[in-house]
Amino acid sequence: MKKRNIQFDLNNEKISIEVEPSDVLMDVLRGKLGIKSPKAGCDRGDCGACTVIMNGKTVRSCLILAVEAHGSGIMTLEGAGSNKWTKKLQKKFHEKNSFQCGFCAPGVILSATELLEKNPRPAAHEIKEAIAGNLCRCTGYEPIVEAIAEAAGGKTQVTGRK
Amino acid sequence: MDLQKLVRKPKKGVKAPGPKDDLTVIGKSVLRVDGWEKIKGAAKYTDDLEFGPGLLFAAVVESPFAHARIKSIDTSKAEKLHGVVKVVTGRSFTHKFGLYMTDRYVFATDTVRFVGEQVAAVVATDPKIALRGAALVEVEYEELAPVFDPVKALEKKSPLVHPDLKNYRHVPWFFPKPGTNIAHWRKTRKGDLAKGFKDADLVMEDTYTVPRYAHCAIEPHSVIGLYDEAGRLTMWTSSQSPFTQRNVFAQALEPFGISHKDVRVISTYLGGGFGGKAGVSMEIIGAALAMAVPGRPIKVLWNRAQEFYNTYQRQGVTAKVKMGVKKDGRITALDFKLYWDAGAYVEYGANVVNAAGLSASGPYKVDNLSIDSMCIYTNLPPGGPYRGFGYSEFLFGLESHITRMADKLGMDSVAFRKKNAIKEGDTLPYGAQMNPNGILEAIEKVEKEIKWGVKEKSKDPDKAIGKALVCFWKSPAMPPNAGSSAFLKFNEDASINILISGMEIGQGLHTVMAQIASEVLSVPVTKIRVETPDTDRNPYEWQTVGSHVTWGCGNAVKRAALEAREKIFDLVQRVHGLDKSALYLKDETVRCRTKPDFGLRLRDFVINGIQAGDHTFKGGPIMGSGMFMPEFTSAIGDPETGQGGHPNVHYTTGSAGIILEVDRETGKMKIKKAVLAVDCGKAINPDLVRGQIVGGLLQGFATVLYEDMRFSDKGKLLNANFSDYKIPTALDMPDVVVPIIIEVAQPDGPYGARGVGEHTMIPAAPLIANAVEDALGVRIKDMPVTKEKVALAVKHSSKRSDSR
Repeated sequence: MKKRNIQFDLNNEKISIEVEPSDVLMDVLRGKLGIKSPKAGCDRGDCGACTVIMNGKTVRSCLILAVEAHGSGIMTLEGAGSNKWTKKLQKKFHEKNSFQCGFCAPGVILSATELLEKNPRPAAHEIKEAIAGNLCRCTGYEPIVEAIAEAAGGKTQVTGRK
Repeated sequence: MDLQKLVRKPKKGVKAPGPKDDLTVIGKSVLRVDGWEKIKGAAKYTDDLEFGPGLLFAAVVESPFAHARIKSIDTSKAEKLHGVVKVVTGRSFTHKFGLYMTDRYVFATDTVRFVGEQVAAVVATDPKIALRGAALVEVEYEELAPVFDPVKALEKKSPLVHPDLKNYRHVPWFFPKPGTNIAHWRKTRKGDLAKGFKDADLVMEDTYTVPRYAHCAIEPHSVIGLYDEAGRLTMWTSSQSPFTQRNVFAQALEPFGISHKDVRVISTYLGGGFGGKAGVSMEIIGAALAMAVPGRPIKVLWNRAQEFYNTYQRQGVTAKVKMGVKKDGRITALDFKLYWDAGAYVEYGANVVNAAGLSASGPYKVDNLSIDSMCIYTNLPPGGPYRGFGYSEFLFGLESHITRMADKLGMDSVAFRKKNAIKEGDTLPYGAQMNPNGILEAIEKVEKEIKWGVKEKSKDPDKAIGKALVCFWKSPAMPPNAGSSAFLKFNEDASINILISGMEIGQGLHTVMAQIASEVLSVPVTKIRVETPDTDRNPYEWQTVGSHVTWGCGNAVKRAALEAREKIFDLVQRVHGLDKSALYLKDETVRCRTKPDFGLRLRDFVINGIQAGDHTFKGGPIMGSGMFMPEFTSAIGDPETGQGGHPNVHYTTGSAGIILEVDRETGKMKIKKAVLAVDCGKAINPDLVRGQIVGGLLQGFATVLYEDMRFSDKGKLLNANFSDYKIPTALDMPDVVVPIIIEVAQPDGPYGARGVGEHTMIPAAPLIANAVEDALGVRIKDMPVTKEKVALAVKHSSKRSDSR
């Protein structure tokens, strides 16, 4: 099939690249642009490891065709460090040893960033809801949820853990 | 950075009370040394590595049948496809391999034994072309009768999965029965079983079943292999076991003239392992393809479906328990028969069966006991290691049974457990002695935390509340001579690099190893770097499995640090004439007890030596090495009784409790509180232990509440994705989780530590089953205990009481 040229903003950098119409965004980011923070976990939108922010909303980059990204603004964890909420979240995730293997971390951090952008004072169930599409097999989610709550200035123990 | 800034305040219920010691870093919740790397997205996993434009990709041709003879393979159409570099079949690799038993081929040669088994692979310049090529490979099969049920596989007329079993090589502690589907039969016999049952006031027998489960690490398996022009094979693998992989690769490729020195395995951070990335599974394909296409790196990346059906699965088991007890609750006899659905290949899984067969008494003293743990071939995907290594599976039956027997006796089931709990020095099922442990303390703390004995009512009349308390134990299942080693070297600024091959799989190994070296050498954790291994450069570690690396690798790191310290003190004694027994390290400085004004900063000499009075320099770059192997273990016991050996190094014990709310009509369950107390000997980093408890418990609850592998009647896995095989999300968290750390030191552990990683998952299933019965009076004996099953059981039991 004929290749297409697409242009988009990637972490505030202008990108112009040839892709095949069947290429998914995740493969273009990872394979052609050296952006490795979105991870391939399931290839069907179940696990959330490939989450990126597209035009201010989180998307599963394994479910988005690269051609759909034409003209959009995309932010991955590589470029999110300057975001106010991402920075706060990262500090709390670090302080709380929130991640173990870390494979889900980029997706979780971006989902949490989106949440706090829209709702800076989320309730515990809103936090859980916001990251329910990001599977983590290591942590039992507790230190992740707590860190998000603290980043939002909330109380530490959202689960009521002693 | 100030070390104190990194140290978090201990939380209530996390730090165990104990005598004050003078440890500065051990026992402190230091922040993870790999924290920022992972949070910033800098951490590299195997599929993140770049190999340039020469990288090739492989796709695998898979068997559609559970059991069939391969009549012919036609690769000609695939070979003609533009972009296909090579098509490889089993014809090129006829040598068998395996970790504990050599029963596997790289590709099926003449017979396929499970749906999804690799028959051939297509190597191409692009992943999509490789997939198209794989679809063009034509394989002609002749179907054979399959067998899926382990108990049926024991029948005389059952098809044989491995008719050639008698010719398979295996470790000396396996006992296959050629001419049957029994790949290994672990028998453990102790005392006088018949007398034990005769002495009993109550004997009860029942059967419990556990299905297969998937690890579901979020990172799929991946491997890149490169066999270069000079005959060197480099493998980049997502692995818990780089050195074991090197060994297996060298064995499997021996016919090609490959030896250990020719193989180099490089492993990155792991995106979760849970046992699924131990040993060698799909990685062998990468090694074989590299040999077939020399000079080009080749990547094999599993997709999620393959992750489910062609890596190791947790084996299913049918467990028949017969137990005898006295009126006072003392267990007099236990006859435990475990029929394991071990799958098509058992090269690793047979050792799971072995481990369960040695320890299925649970953490109880049972004087008269018989355990038969049978590893049975079936035409389902290969079974293998999964967090818990057989213990979760037998514990479901055992701890369900114990609660039922106590209830029948009219005895409190916690009192029953306390009465039978194993103590230090008690004789284990295979004859050796039990190590020091805090199981009673664990039971008492859990009992208190769930207010055992206080019946609770739900605010919602449609819901009932049940409670349960169970006990667990587990030992690392390792060969008796599984070794660990470490190198430690100083840099100019007295920072340290530690080289190990224990894998950072999320458990926090790198942090804990840095803490151990920090404690010995007074260098802050923030100045210590621990990297993932390259088998050419990092010293040997058997595997990162069995919850043993904090203990084994930790001992090696401690010894390496002590050796480096010894070199430092020797040097200072030689140059400064101070008695080395008076020297000590504090804040990166050598101090002397007899000369308080003496102080020599490590950074001033650990690379360039100490200048002596004559202006020459003494010493040199300081480094240390350490090795560790348990020297008291032996896997060789009597094949008929298991007596005489010392196969296990030690057991970690504990107890767990639950308060569960169950909907009377829908069966829907909500965990109001989950408590787990584990005796980890010494919590080197309490926060990381807490992480293991909270994460492991949820993984365990998932096996009993949601997860379940479903196969068609042709042996095809029906739910090989996260939509149909549900793992917990943040919405499935228990309301409250209380982690409790017990510290009864392990005498041969680093600072008294023993392993804790797997144990936190093990008690989950019987907790739920027992709490459901406590709440609603229905007993579910087949995992998982889903809401559907609970609702149906309630409906069934109320019908029965209506008709009375």
